[in-house]
Amino acid sequence: MNVALRLASITLLLALWFAGAQLAGPRLLPTPQAVVLAIVTEARSGALAFNLGVTLSRVVAAFSIAMLLGTLLGLAMGRYRTADRIGDPWLVLLLNLPALVIIVLAYIWAGLTETAALAAVVLNKLPLAIVTVREGARALDRNLDEMAAVFGMSRWKRFRHVVLPQLAPYLAAASRSGLSLVWKIVLIVELLGRPNGVGFEIGTAFQLFDVTKILAYALAFVAVMLAIEIFAVQPFERYVSRWRPRPA
Amino acid sequence: MSRAGDPDRLEVRVKRKSYRNAAGGRVDVLGDISFSVARGEVAALIGPSGCGKTTLLRIVVGLDADFEGVVQLPAYGTLGVVFQEPRLLPWRTVEQNVRLAAPQASDAVLDALFGVLGLGEHRRHYPGELSVGLARRVALARAFAVDPELLVLDEPFVSLDGELATRLRAELAELVTRRPVTTLLVSHDVDEVIGLADRVFLLSGKPAQVVADVPIQNPRSVRTADEVAAIRDALMQSRAVQSV
Repeated sequence: MNVALRLASITLLLALWFAGAQLAGPRLLPTPQAVVLAIVTEARSGALAFNLGVTLSRVVAAFSIAMLLGTLLGLAMGRYRTADRIGDPWLVLLLNLPALVIIVLAYIWAGLTETAALAAVVLNKLPLAIVTVREGARALDRNLDEMAAVFGMSRWKRFRHVVLPQLAPYLAAASRSGLSLVWKIVLIVELLGRPNGVGFEIGTAFQLFDVTKILAYALAFVAVMLAIEIFAVQPFERYVSRWRPRPA
Repeated sequence: MSRAGDPDRLEVRVKRKSYRNAAGGRVDVLGDISFSVARGEVAALIGPSGCGKTTLLRIVVGLDADFEGVVQLPAYGTLGVVFQEPRLLPWRTVEQNVRLAAPQASDAVLDALFGVLGLGEHRRHYPGELSVGLARRVALARAFAVDPELLVLDEPFVSLDGELATRLRAELAELVTRRPVTTLLVSHDVDEVIGLADRVFLLSGKPAQVVADVPIQNPRSVRTADEVAAIRDALMQSRAVQSV
């Protein structure tokens, strides 16, 4: 039943796309077949795998750095009032600085380099990760903290077994929204200042008004992200919530 | 700082514990409370609800350092604490909860503990799958597994139905008899402590002070129903005197 509904929904989307392509003409909106054909062509030449790989490694690097820093800073700001007072103005500034401004400034100050590109993406994701983890740190159960204290648990043990499991839902939320945000910003960064990757290819296609190629790269990368969601994010979530009683 | 007397005793010398309320006034929770518990002795603190018993326990176990006075824990100061709520980690199994608090406990010790407390078949269960009574037993198992120098129990049977509370009390009595451990038990219920304690301290209402120190001579196992009734009367009397 669930599968049938999903299939029906996807079929509807394809039908609408097909109808739209008939109305708008192949220059504005190519048909699904044309896009699949373009994906196959790009795949045969090796360009698709190369560009997907380059973009994906940027996504993974920026995402990991942002989540790691965001967890540490969010935890500090959620637990210690002084850290919160010092960090909060920076957080408000970063949250409200448009992504484009951060990217452009990073490229101006650090040149059109890989470091500048990654730093720009990290700085865009970081404040959101901090805010989410800080909420989680504020909601930590003091009773469990006290329990860990009277039984003399080490710092590492407390972090691993008492704090981290409480943060897990917040980390999952930050990861899920973060992953989609990071890949969108990586594309802009590539468009503006990198000589390869999905964003660069889409930028080239835009200048040539090649809608087929734009859609081919976009859909291919969405497929990659979907695979990550299904094969990495969801199993991880199931693992960390294994202790929650489920309806039989 | 010199240690007074036997280093294996629990010595509590609280001069005062107070806090500032929202209006800025000082509220005294605890008055002058001094008592000591000998090694292997089970002492019970009884007092009316809200007299500051839990505050006193938090001071004893070191969770609250904001008080005037001194607390001297026995020798190495290894603590086993049973809070009012079980305070188990919901994301760890029963056995993991116990092992995290007591990493040095041997398999044999854990097997015996789980056996006495009837937890054998629940070792791999998560706390969310347990009844309240079972969760409290896990909290007891955790406190005993650390092989504590001082066992502290804060109303461990509150909100349990009578039959279950009686059974858990019997299990607790068996545990402290198998391996004598200096114990401080807090309760508002006279009946709850008579079967367990070697010594009862009666606390007054806020700010709490020790108003009576009732030693109980016979060991737990040989107390007869008459003796229990007599102890009960004595306690009730001092309680009545105090509230006049």
